[in-house]
Amino acid sequence: MAVIRDVMPAFELYQPASADDAVSLLAQYGADAWVMAGGLDSFDWLKDRIKRPKVVVDLSQMQGMRGVRETGDGVEIGAMTTLTEVVRDPVLIAKYKILTEAAEAAASPQIRNQGTIGGNISQDTRCWYYRSGFPCYRAGGNICYADTPSAINREHAILGADRCVAVSPSDSAPALVALDAKMVIRNSKGERVVNAEDYFIGPGIDITRMTTLRHGDLLTAIRIPATWSNTQYYFEKVRDRPVWDFPLVNIAAVKVVSGGNIVRIRMAVNGVAAHPWRLKQVEDAVAGKPANEATAEMAGNLAIQGAQPLRYNGYKLPLMRNLVKRAIRGTQEA
Amino acid sequence: MNPIQWATSPWGQRIPIHIAWYLIWVCAIAGLAFLIVHAIWAGFIAKPEEFQETTASPAVIAAIPAEVKRHSLAARLFHWIMAAAMLTLLFTAFAPKVGYQFPWVTYHWIAGLVLIASIIFHVIHATFFMDFWSIWPDKMDIEDAKNRSRRMMGEPAPRPHRFAKYPFENKMYHLIIVLAGLSVAITGGFMIFRVRTPFLTRNPYLFSDMTWGMMYVLHGLAGVGLIALIMAHIYFALRPEKLAITRGMIVGSITREHFLEEHDPQRWKVVSKSASEAHPAGSSAD
Repeated sequence: MAVIRDVMPAFELYQPASADDAVSLLAQYGADAWVMAGGLDSFDWLKDRIKRPKVVVDLSQMQGMRGVRETGDGVEIGAMTTLTEVVRDPVLIAKYKILTEAAEAAASPQIRNQGTIGGNISQDTRCWYYRSGFPCYRAGGNICYADTPSAINREHAILGADRCVAVSPSDSAPALVALDAKMVIRNSKGERVVNAEDYFIGPGIDITRMTTLRHGDLLTAIRIPATWSNTQYYFEKVRDRPVWDFPLVNIAAVKVVSGGNIVRIRMAVNGVAAHPWRLKQVEDAVAGKPANEATAEMAGNLAIQGAQPLRYNGYKLPLMRNLVKRAIRGTQEA
Repeated sequence: MNPIQWATSPWGQRIPIHIAWYLIWVCAIAGLAFLIVHAIWAGFIAKPEEFQETTASPAVIAAIPAEVKRHSLAARLFHWIMAAAMLTLLFTAFAPKVGYQFPWVTYHWIAGLVLIASIIFHVIHATFFMDFWSIWPDKMDIEDAKNRSRRMMGEPAPRPHRFAKYPFENKMYHLIIVLAGLSVAITGGFMIFRVRTPFLTRNPYLFSDMTWGMMYVLHGLAGVGLIALIMAHIYFALRPEKLAITRGMIVGSITREHFLEEHDPQRWKVVSKSASEAHPAGSSAD
């Protein structure tokens, strides 16, 4: 169904230079407006002619939403900061290396030059039934084509599926959940700050959206508190090819280890559910325990409890279990 | 503004997928408008209802007990369980559509199963253990409804009879709620095959895309219709002149005074022949 064409359907293009202008445009056009950051997700939709917005609000001119700055309690990253800028930022490299590694794992250098951190975490799922324009749940219909007996669902969800089995494809999202980041969202009514964990929503909450952003909302910045700066971390992404590929499963964990024991830890896995899957139960279970093989084994098994594989994605269970084990054992320093 | 949302299936077939969600507001506003109009009419325009005198004998009237049993415990339990299920279903179905986000599907299908179970119970209970025909409009109800309408419009017409066990409005409401309730229950029952539950194997291929689509549309139309119907039901339950009936659904009985005011002992026989002959009060119907 999806045929990529060079000529996109006509739309009105706005390139606001400030967040105020962008927010007022989004308020003015509501559901008719499409927010475009780096364009890497947007142009797929537009060239496929599956999404046909009347208005595209291109954020590329908004210099105020770019860059990394230190704050009293951590750092603030403008949502329009490119992934390359995130990867190369000295403050992030010094304090939040897990994020720079995660950002560097995304796509290819060219895409990271264009793609933004805001866009990377807010991008839509890559379920090909959905991306092909099938009228599935996520597209407003009443069926999940990926969760039928004959569906090809190798990349789909094993956790948190609720009618739709699509997964979040972001690499930086689990790192931000692990770092307990806060998302700064603006709309015409003002500003609100949402925990990264709550920013991403599953199909049970709203089957047509991946994030809490509604029409009129604009993600302006990401704040990372100092809580997890300079702590040990572990990030690993498993994909079909070494570059330019979405994760089959990835994991991000930050932890404080003292005397060989895990004092505190936060971890999230992506590629297994429609949103980065925080492993709260695992975090609680391993706190105070030694970071050894036995703890890793226990954590791995606990992590996949409740997982329901589909026909072709059963491999994600051992993959996720092993990644959790490696994250518990892993010792990368920030 | 198409009230039905359409899509193109992977096979190029044009299929309905569900209702347009603005119908939620259409029904809510329509329900509210009805309440306002009725409240104005009942408060400022309507005249007190005048009924024909009953033909029941003084002995029968004298034998009517102080409390006339209207609903058995089983019937009341059914009503309140169904009410809880229905309100849960409406809330879980439509609150997410108007912006209140929560994982609603599990609550929705569990409440749906409770509704289906309670409906099955009610059908069996009403068919075999209650006076099945008492809730369906009869010829006299229709005739009286016509006369009441003429009198309301100021036209000459005979005074209507007092009601049988259920007033005509109750019977009509029941009829409509049966249609809407069965529509959501039957379509919803099939939809349980579309979600993950501990006891059913998912089977999205149970019907064709077109049939599924029509089922979703019917489910949605009946669902939004129930918004207005439930609003009206709660409104009438709280109206002062209907509180006696509401009390009956709570404690199971209505007072003798209310019975004699609105009901005809000839049409709703609450006194056995032997009791009326013996003259103290006799038993009452369920």
